Amino acid sequence: MDILQNYLVVAAILFVLGIYGVMTRRNGIAVLMGIELILNAANLNFLAFAKFGGMNLSGHIFALFVTIMAAAEAAVALAIIINLYNHFRTINVDEAGQLKQ
Amino acid sequence: MTTIIFWVFVLLTVVSAFNVVHSHNLIYAALSLLLTLFGVAVLYIFLWADFLAGVQIIIYIGGILILLLFGIMLTHKIISIQITQLNMQRGAAGASALGILVILLWMIFKTPWFTMAALEPQGTVREIGILLLSDYLLPFEVASVLLLAALIGAAMLSRKTE
Repeated sequence: MDILQNYLVVAAILFVLGIYGVMTRRNGIAVLMGIELILNAANLNFLAFAKFGGMNLSGHIFALFVTIMAAAEAAVALAIIINLYNHFRTINVDEAGQLKQ
Repeated sequence: MTTIIFWVFVLLTVVSAFNVVHSHNLIYAALSLLLTLFGVAVLYIFLWADFLAGVQIIIYIGGILILLLFGIMLTHKIISIQITQLNMQRGAAGASALGILVILLWMIFKTPWFTMAALEPQGTVREIGILLLSDYLLPFEVASVLLLAALIGAAMLSRKTE
C-alpha cells in the first residue's frame, strides 16, 4: 500500500471525477464542488511527492497555499452565485451569461 | 491492518467523490463531499502530513463545505421545490473523462518515478511554521493579502446595490 503509484491513482480518479462534474453539472454550486475535487486531487499529488519524491516540506507548503486559495475562491464564487440568483432567480450556468441585466 | 484501513478510506473517498458528481440531490452531493474531504484527510495522515490533515478538516469541512451548504440553501426554496438537478451531456463528458483517466493511468504506470526514501518526521507543525516565516515569507504575506481581497470582494459582490 505504501507506494507512490497508489496515491497517484487515487488523485487521478478524484481529478477525473472533478472534471466530469464540471462538464456535466449545470448548477453553479455543483460546478464549484467539482472544482473542489480537482483541487483536492492536486493537493494529494503534492503530498504524495512530498513523502516519496524527496519534495519534503515544500510539498506541504504548496498544499497549504492551495487550500488557502480554495477558501478565497469559494467565498468569491459563492458571492457571485448569490448575486446571480438575486438578479436572474436561477443559478444555471447555461442561462446566466452576464452579471448585470 | 494499516493496509486494510488504507484501502477502506480509498474506497470511501472514491465512492463518495462519484456520488458528489452524480447525485441528483444537491444536499446529498454536499454531504458526500464531506465524506470525500474526510477520506482525503485520512490519506494525508498516511502521507505523514498531520498538520495538513487538520487544515483540511478545519478549512474544507468547517469552512468551504458550510459555505457551499449556505449557497445551496440561499438559492433554492427548500420547502417548495426539490433540490434536484440533472446532468447534461453525460455521454460526451463521461467519454472524455474516461479518456483522460486512461491517459493518466498509463502515464502513472509507465513513468519510472524517482523515489527517495524519506524519514518519518516527528510532527510537521514546527517545521512548516519555520518555513512559512523564512523561505516562504513572501507567498505567506501575499496569501494574507489575497484573503483580505477575497473578503472585501465577497462583501462587495453580495451587498445590495440601490
